[in-house]
Amino acid sequence: MLLQVKNLHVSINGKEILKGVNLEVNKGEVHAIMGPNGTGKSTLAAVIAGKNGYEITQGEILYNGKNLLDMPPEVRAQEGIFLGFQYPVEIPGVSMTNFMRTALNEIRKYHGQEPMSAKDFLARMTEKKDLVELTSKLTNRSVNEGFSGGEKKKNEIFQMAMLDPQLSILDETDSGLDIDALRIVAHGVNKLKTKENATVVITHYQRLLDYIVPDFVHVLFEGKVVLSGGKELALELEEKGYDWIKKETENHSK
Amino acid sequence: MAQDDKQLIQEVTQSEYKYGFITNIETETAIKGLTEDTIRFISLKKTEPEWLLEYRLKAFAKWKEMKQPNWAQLKIPEIDFQEIIYYAAPKRKKELESLDQVDPELLDTFNKLGISLDEQKRLSGVAVDAVIDSVSVKTTFTETLSKHGILFCSFSEAVKNHPDLVKKYLGMAVPPSDNFFAALNTAVFSDGSFCFIPKGVRSPMELSTYFRINAANTGQFERTLIIADEGSYVSYMEGCTAPQRDENQLHAAVVEIIAMKDAEVKYSTVQNWYPGDKNGRGGIFNFVTKRGICKGDHSKISWTQVETGSAITWKYPSCILSGDNSIGEFYSVAVTNNHQQADTGSKMIHLGKNTKSTIISKGISAGQSQNSYRGLVKMTKRATNSRNFSQCDSLLLGDKCGAHTFPYIEGANKSSIIEHEATTSKISEDQLFYCQQRGINQESAVGLIVNGYAKEVLNKLPMEFAVEAQKLLSISLEGSVG
Amino acid sequence: MKIEKNAIPALKNIPHWFDIVSDKNGNSFTGLRAYRQSAFEDFNRLGFPNKKMEKWRHTDLSASLSFDYSLATQDFNMQDVLSDVFECDVHDLESFVVNLYKGRFVFKENNLFTLPKGVIVGSISAAFDQYPELIEKHFGKYGKTDKNAFHALNSALFLDGLFVYVPKNVIVEKPLQLINAVGASDDVFVQNRNLIVLEEGSQLTLIHCDDSYNYKRSFTNSLTEVFIGDNASLDHYRLQNINNNSTLISSLVVEQERNAQLSTNSIILNGGLIRNETYTKLNGEGANASILGVYLADKNQHIDNQVFVDHAVPNCTSNEQFKGILDDYARAVFNGHILVRKDAQKTLAYQNNANIILTDKAVINTKPFLEIYADDVKCSHGATVGQLDENALFYIRQRGISEDNARMLLMYAFAADVTQEIKIDSLRDRIEDMVKKRLRGELSICDQCVLQCSSPEKYNFEIDMSKI
Repeated sequence: MLLQVKNLHVSINGKEILKGVNLEVNKGEVHAIMGPNGTGKSTLAAVIAGKNGYEITQGEILYNGKNLLDMPPEVRAQEGIFLGFQYPVEIPGVSMTNFMRTALNEIRKYHGQEPMSAKDFLARMTEKKDLVELTSKLTNRSVNEGFSGGEKKKNEIFQMAMLDPQLSILDETDSGLDIDALRIVAHGVNKLKTKENATVVITHYQRLLDYIVPDFVHVLFEGKVVLSGGKELALELEEKGYDWIKKETENHSK
Repeated sequence: MAQDDKQLIQEVTQSEYKYGFITNIETETAIKGLTEDTIRFISLKKTEPEWLLEYRLKAFAKWKEMKQPNWAQLKIPEIDFQEIIYYAAPKRKKELESLDQVDPELLDTFNKLGISLDEQKRLSGVAVDAVIDSVSVKTTFTETLSKHGILFCSFSEAVKNHPDLVKKYLGMAVPPSDNFFAALNTAVFSDGSFCFIPKGVRSPMELSTYFRINAANTGQFERTLIIADEGSYVSYMEGCTAPQRDENQLHAAVVEIIAMKDAEVKYSTVQNWYPGDKNGRGGIFNFVTKRGICKGDHSKISWTQVETGSAITWKYPSCILSGDNSIGEFYSVAVTNNHQQADTGSKMIHLGKNTKSTIISKGISAGQSQNSYRGLVKMTKRATNSRNFSQCDSLLLGDKCGAHTFPYIEGANKSSIIEHEATTSKISEDQLFYCQQRGINQESAVGLIVNGYAKEVLNKLPMEFAVEAQKLLSISLEGSVG
Repeated sequence: MKIEKNAIPALKNIPHWFDIVSDKNGNSFTGLRAYRQSAFEDFNRLGFPNKKMEKWRHTDLSASLSFDYSLATQDFNMQDVLSDVFECDVHDLESFVVNLYKGRFVFKENNLFTLPKGVIVGSISAAFDQYPELIEKHFGKYGKTDKNAFHALNSALFLDGLFVYVPKNVIVEKPLQLINAVGASDDVFVQNRNLIVLEEGSQLTLIHCDDSYNYKRSFTNSLTEVFIGDNASLDHYRLQNINNNSTLISSLVVEQERNAQLSTNSIILNGGLIRNETYTKLNGEGANASILGVYLADKNQHIDNQVFVDHAVPNCTSNEQFKGILDDYARAVFNGHILVRKDAQKTLAYQNNANIILTDKAVINTKPFLEIYADDVKCSHGATVGQLDENALFYIRQRGISEDNARMLLMYAFAADVTQEIKIDSLRDRIEDMVKKRLRGELSICDQCVLQCSSPEKYNFEIDMSKI
């Protein structure tokens, strides 16, 4: 098993956001996590990636059987976890090329590999850039600086392609994208799919799932996974709306 | 350490004794304290002409009336100027027999800097033949340069061989009574370098004082004079990457640049004097006066500095934009860590019409250090249609350091524009986390971000300096975050 | 004694005045006499500031101090001055007005009022007698007599001033207007001392006007101490329009507690030499200070703004914005100092000084200064010295507007960043109108008074959009 989230409780400033989340992801699978805004989807992604400011009050996360919560964020990344940010950060003065080369070589070092030669690295850049139709103009700039919303999201998938992670968590990658950009991003994600890796797509809308077809759909509501099912669940959700979940949960608790 | 290396060092050490290097130094009597006699002694030793002695004595008389400046945001321990040795008496450190005796922390720093083993031996005070090396390098320079009519020699040689030039330009940019430390330097300067680029000549190579300073190892009061005649160009590098392991030592240099019509001088410094240890013990007091005059129309002087060393830095490389359409530039990265203090910046005095100046200053403070930018931009009435842009950013790493900005701005005509911007912030948690999420450890991430932050300035350095400066930045900040 | 050796004419009478004043005013309040005595000693030690001092490098007081001023130590007949001072009123501005004349409080019947809900407004001298416990708690607690010569001089010599007390959770709806009018028969030396105390959750708007009636010379040294309690809010304005023979030193010293809001806006329209000092200490988390100013100077006028913001605790914000337009031989000085103390994390501080110079004779010296000892802060500052944008000028003119009007429009737009922050509509309209007039050089003798009585004239100033 690649990722195992067990009874995860997370608070921010004393307020409980996740109230016992369970999730299992195996290699070769695509999972979608859906749910209304403010229900804890991004919190889950951030906690898996190891962002500061979250208090884990209960539960554990195992990754390839290792305790993920003990690892600093960069080790998690080196272990193969990639987070596609909902709001990619601008870093003035740091070029995309330098940024990616440093990241790639640090990950290689972690796995006992030699740094990639400049030639191979540039070849890889060119290859992966084409995947998401990112122009050279953008990769020559500072990280995300002056990128449009769509360019920032494409840039996230480009980086995912460059780093070749085992588990990719894409946090609202579809937000703010027009249909063309969405198609390009989804195409990139599908291309990168193998039997050895897995993808977790976090989204509010079903729209993205037309392009990235999930094997499993989970509905996160009020800090818990309240429903899990196949891809048809997403369609049902689309049809009935989140109010339906609300009622279901209320009935259930009665 | 490999047996071969030990042998090599032994040989080299012995060979030095064989050539009487040490003996030579011992013959020079160390004199402590500062009186007219000290100055007469220095002048006599250097067989200087009478006018230069007079010049020194006048400066000394002025110095005695002056007070050490106290306006900077610096806490300077009291300096007893009578306790300083002013001539030919570098406090000779105990000779180290091999690299094994060198502080491993220092060696580690060298490795990270990518300085070769030979260089390590030289820099860490192990007696090797590097001194001889550097002289030969310089000789090669001199020959190539002389083909172009470029004069590049030690200040003492210039006094002997080109007295008219020295007499004409010495003190033009930094008059003897300019400030306390400049007056002191004028009175007691031991040596330094002199450079004259004739009319219309573009120097075919970068000129550097890197080797000479290391060799001299005494240069506490050096004097540099650079004259670029009409239409000439030179790029001059000053490397102070010699770490010192000592008590506080005073370094009070003066650099003067004179640029005639259409001439351009680019002066780059990477300053890495010993900053003192983690507890603030030891380190260099770096009180330096650097100033250039854009004397002719369309002349240009550009200062670039990367300051990572010294316990205390007090330094304001400046431009007097006297010629019409002349240009002054100042690009600076100043890093302070542990207990370092820096008060540095620039002065741009606009006298000529259509003059332009740019100031880009990036301060990075860490540990318990204090880092101040202090600058003056002055547009006189005559300097019509002139322009200044200043940007002074400060980055704070940790909550025990300080970052301060003191820009003095004076506008006195209606057609000039002055713009000053400054920000103070810390590395954002988001940037750090973003790097970490991509697998970059925190220390590397800080190095990356800091280098990105300083890039605008680093880009202005000559290639070979830029690489060194980048590494220095990361090293200087090690252990400052986390 | 130091004073006797000194040849500054303005110093001549100070010991004499001190003797009179210390015997005379507020003596029922224990401690005042000792306070004055110690301030007088401080002043003797400090002397008048000179250009060798960092904070006075660019402001030369020697001309202002070369006259033999007189302090109004003699009582005067209120009836004689009442007719002058009470006639003026700001158009459309409904406010409660108090007047100071030659540094004395002007009153008809009562010199200390109690307004509804327990608000106290009136003469500080009277307050010494009637509210000693309030005075005791705040008076002299914020000014720095040991370091600031003008604070010391004021403390030694003040005759009177405004006292305001706003009790807990009381919101004073009507703006309070303090008018210090100079222009007596002789060269008057004015030392005003004001104390404003806002208790927790209270709110006050205070308009502090300095005006001249005529072209008589004067020297005013005003010190206003302000305490803003938890969640309380002060909206403060300085309107300064004094004649070219007059000198005004105006200090505002504020202490802000938790979530206290200070907004102070200086509108400097005219004056021989004006120096405004604004100090605020952000002493409680969540406090916010907004310090704005606009100065318009021409002829030989000298305008100096000194701002010191002390971020003493975390999570406070401050915003400074000063804009100036200088014509003729005018000189302006801006000296902003933001101090972020060691543990004042999460500070947000902004400081800006922008200047337009219209001639080659005018001079601006600006020094926006940041001193920061905490790392988790966002501080920035900027300063510019420049002219009107030539491209914009051309663009406006190309649409059929005269060059003069185009310039006016751009200058006005430049100043508007500050004037549009005036929260009282009628006051903002009035000030904007005065700025326009000032920029046109049409601020008449009558306009020397901010409380100009005639109805404001509307200028055809706006761009006719149909032409664009």
